[in-house]
Amino acid sequence: MNEKNANPIDQDRRQFLTASAAMAGVAIAPGVLLYNIAHGKPADQPVSNAVRWGMLIDTNQCREGCDACVKACGEENGFGHGTRETDSQWIRKVELKDMRSGQTKSLPVMCQHCAEPPCVDVCPTGASFKRADGIVLVDRHICIGCRYCMMACPYKARSFVHERITDQNPDVPRGIGCVESCTMCVHRVDRDQQPACVEACAKAGHGAIIFGNLNDPNSEIAKRIAQYATMELRADLKLNLGVRYQGF
Amino acid sequence: MMRGPAKLGRRSVWKWAAGLAALLALSLGAVAGGSGDGATMSSRTPKPTLVIEKGERCVEDTAYMRRNHMKLLMHQRDDTVHKGIRTEKHSLQNCINCHASSKNNSVLGTDENFCQSCHSYAAVKLDCWDCHASKPKQQATAPAPALAVGMAATAGGKQ
Ligand code: SF4
Repeated sequence: MNEKNANPIDQDRRQFLTASAAMAGVAIAPGVLLYNIAHGKPADQPVSNAVRWGMLIDTNQCREGCDACVKACGEENGFGHGTRETDSQWIRKVELKDMRSGQTKSLPVMCQHCAEPPCVDVCPTGASFKRADGIVLVDRHICIGCRYCMMACPYKARSFVHERITDQNPDVPRGIGCVESCTMCVHRVDRDQQPACVEACAKAGHGAIIFGNLNDPNSEIAKRIAQYATMELRADLKLNLGVRYQGF
Repeated sequence: MMRGPAKLGRRSVWKWAAGLAALLALSLGAVAGGSGDGATMSSRTPKPTLVIEKGERCVEDTAYMRRNHMKLLMHQRDDTVHKGIRTEKHSLQNCINCHASSKNNSVLGTDENFCQSCHSYAAVKLDCWDCHASKPKQQATAPAPALAVGMAATAGGKQ
């Protein structure tokens, strides 16, 4: 809440809490315990389905007009801010309005990382695939740019790269003629960092996106999903999404 | 005039083959020789003007790398994209970090640069760079502050 942030006492309290949380982290860090339970894997080990990465978006925290996540995504992955028609969009802010009450909600929508992804079903080359840990990706080495996957995606989550690209982030290769979409910042996740949008949202003071391991009952995301009513977009399609929304 | 071996006698075939082998050896030597050296071998054979910035201690033998770098890269690329294995040893980023030119900070751009020189010499198309950055990652990208306690714990000492 904005008012809460404006309150100096609360800010102090918050700093204290952050500091103690960090200390707790340090205290636990020397043991391998959290490392094993949580999510990390050694760099030379393949991902496994013991982990399923997911995101929970709390629509009550998400601010109308704030696009910190969208900006951070573009910066991290190396594309514009959706200013040109041909720019890629991996994440977008969507405004929803209840026509009867007039209430509006603003929330980010990105690749939902389905457990049963339609893009993977239709891809003729095997370029669209799901990693063992649930992240749905495009292997650009194999993609022929046919765009079947874009047609198949119920969330309009994928973009086609129309123009030649230079100066990519070395961690995020992107190129003309390929389809692409949110990777959950897979290059960061593999290094035990959070996706860029999650970090940016927290930095903006909203903390509307939580990222974590859905399979781990002790992770914050799993606890929240167990505690609160959350939903999937187009749940009727039964795709078992990795992204869930709270606060409807 | 060149004549095919079919029209020649047995001894000529041997001569022809030996000549061909010599030619091959010369051109390979040219690739291996790098800039400057080997100039005495043959002035008629053009050579790539390759500048190896930091090639002394590559991840495998030089001879092996020359023949197999593409296989190593292919293997690593599949491991990285599909299995999330991000070891440095055979990664393309690692190649670039070591071999990028000190002039333009890239492995592309001029025919002296590490990847481009041999590839343009051998006329082998190089399309890695349609998608991959040809320059090393800028420094000062320290790992972002970990947010959750779990993240803080896992981030320690591992990159
Ligand atoms: S555009 Fe690429 S990823 Fe999408 S269906 Fe075609 S080949 Fe597969």
